[in-house]
Amino acid sequence: MLKVENLTIRFDTRYGPLTAVDDVTFEVRPGEVFGLVGESGAGKSLTGQSIIGLLDPPGYIAGGQITLEGTRIDNLAYNHLRALRGRKIGMIFQDPLTSLNPLYTIGKQLTETILTHSSMTNAEAQKQAIALLTDVGIPGAGERINCYPHQFSGGMRQRVVIALALCVNPQLVIADEPTTALDVSIQAQILSLLKRMCREHGAAVILITHDMGVIAQVAQRVAVMYSGRLVEIGDVRQVVKHPQHPYARGLMGSIPSLHHQVDQLTQIDGTMPRLTDIPSGCAFHPRCPDCFDLCKDKRPPLKKIADSHIACWLYANEAHHAG
Amino acid sequence: MLAFIIRRLAQSLFVMFFVAMVAFLMFNYVGDPVHQMVGIDTSFEEREALREHLGLNDPALVQFMRFIGHAMQGEFGLSYQHKRPVADLFRERLPATLELSFVAALLALVVGVPMGVYTGLNRNGFISKLFMTFSLIGISLPTFLIGILLIFIFAVILGWLPSFGRGEVVTVGVWTTGLLTQSGLKALIMPSVTLGLFQLTLIMRLVRSEMLEVLRTDYIKFARARGLSNRAVNFGHALKNTLVPVITITGLQIGSIIAFAIITETVFQWPGMGLMFLQAIHNVDIPIMSAYLLLVAFFFVVINLIVDMLYYVVDPRLRIDLGKANGH
Ligand SMILES: Nc1ncnc2c1ncn2[C@@H]1O[C@H](COP(=O)(O)OP(=O)(O)OP(=O)(O)O)[C@@H](O)[C@H]1O
Ligand SMILES: [Mg+2]
Repeated sequence: MLKVENLTIRFDTRYGPLTAVDDVTFEVRPGEVFGLVGESGAGKSLTGQSIIGLLDPPGYIAGGQITLEGTRIDNLAYNHLRALRGRKIGMIFQDPLTSLNPLYTIGKQLTETILTHSSMTNAEAQKQAIALLTDVGIPGAGERINCYPHQFSGGMRQRVVIALALCVNPQLVIADEPTTALDVSIQAQILSLLKRMCREHGAAVILITHDMGVIAQVAQRVAVMYSGRLVEIGDVRQVVKHPQHPYARGLMGSIPSLHHQVDQLTQIDGTMPRLTDIPSGCAFHPRCPDCFDLCKDKRPPLKKIADSHIACWLYANEAHHAG
Repeated sequence: MLAFIIRRLAQSLFVMFFVAMVAFLMFNYVGDPVHQMVGIDTSFEEREALREHLGLNDPALVQFMRFIGHAMQGEFGLSYQHKRPVADLFRERLPATLELSFVAALLALVVGVPMGVYTGLNRNGFISKLFMTFSLIGISLPTFLIGILLIFIFAVILGWLPSFGRGEVVTVGVWTTGLLTQSGLKALIMPSVTLGLFQLTLIMRLVRSEMLEVLRTDYIKFARARGLSNRAVNFGHALKNTLVPVITITGLQIGSIIAFAIITETVFQWPGMGLMFLQAIHNVDIPIMSAYLLLVAFFFVVINLIVDMLYYVVDPRLRIDLGKANGH
């Protein structure tokens, strides 16, 4: 349904162009939850923003293309882009406390969005807004609809945000760390609500997070990003249980498991490189336990191995043999 | 809401009381009022009689109470120089100053806010840069210089506008207005531009920076991500969020417009209270000075009160008590 092909995002700075997202390719299927994981600064949010055409300047799409159901959406004129936002692609941001306009009631924000995309009457929109709020678990939605955002708790506000993102039934919702800012005790609730709502509304989700645990819980497929590049992409069970790329292995090693006792959580040494000095060859090679000469010289291509795609020289030969 | 208003009113009263004290002290202890009122040939006995008659021998507290009592009725005694009741003088002069200040403030708002919004939205446009450059002039040139420059260009060289005075005025009840005659309106142009220019540029820059700030917020991004139109986002969501600081500053600035009218009125010989106040200073006309002080303080207090009410109207977060009561 959504195809991102060779997406490259750059910033032109005084020191020349910085490539923040480099040649990223993935696909999201209808109705699925697609996870996008990686450390802070990996380029996850930029990827998400570029899909909905909300890259903040000076960032821009320097290459590749994004298509939704076969139509290119990365170079749309403003009017078409606007019709797409909310209507076909919804977005949820990290912080529910700042995502709602403090000066308008939540009802006004809901109906405004509904009316923007449909020809309902005010009363119908109001009715739908109340139904939606009830759906996302706001008790007494009929009265609460006239309340202002500050009168809700963080978790309740994120529920309202979910209602807002889904109010005109988009096919895809990009959720950028929807639970990071929330209290741990309600994170799971909000996640399962998001999952349920998207299923009921028939929307696929791109779930951006740096928490592999979250991905393991709700996603069907996952892409792992490192330093603006995809390193591994595949089925969640596969990637979580048998990660192949050394970076993905490191990430998985860092989630505590409830089921079987892990002696020690592993940790990847070092930090992700800054955009100004991305290493040659494979960007991960300075931190990689399995690095060899080729890794330093040449960037590994994304190769299909079993059901996953992996960008690592360790597997290049297998792919070669297989193909 | 009611508690809030009452608290604010109490604060306002306190401020007025304090200013009244200063005005009273000035009235009674800067120079000798009797000395100011009588001629050189008045005998000592006559002076003492006058002093007794004016109540200047009473205890200070009694005098202060009397002063406040009179002030509340608009009584400030006789002007030393004009030999007329101060209240009458102010009644004649107040409309000129208020009209000038009002038009200047209106100009600042009506031109400043749209310019601020425009420059905030089109940050790097040519016109925005032009506006910003222009605003530097407004901020940095002193008022009297702008006034003199305007007079030089439009009155002396071009001869389009009168260089002084208020033009023809029409009396409507107790109010004299220059807004109804052509010469009155013409005479108003340069003084109000001079007086309002600083505020105009200030408001423009404030709205601009607030717009830039608000446009970066998550709720604006979220509004865009929901497909709302640019107009709805920029004017419905963004502009409204810039209003609270704009109201604050504008409110304060209207107060200072009235106060700063002194300079503009002097440059244009505008027959308002500011000009009268300046002349009063020259002649140590204490009753006029203390009355002016009280009056300006009164305007400041009233404007502040209005500003506080407006906050309440604009920002629901300040309406917590009511909202909580309804919400559950
Ligand atoms: N305006 C900008 N100019 C230069 N670099 C930028 C700019 N905005 C973002 N970047 C860089 O782009 C990279 C990717 O940013 P992005 O926000 O997509 O990261 P992320 O994966 O979402 O991380 P996080 O988990 O912290 O949200 C970061 O290294 C960031 O420093
Ligand atoms: Mg991010």
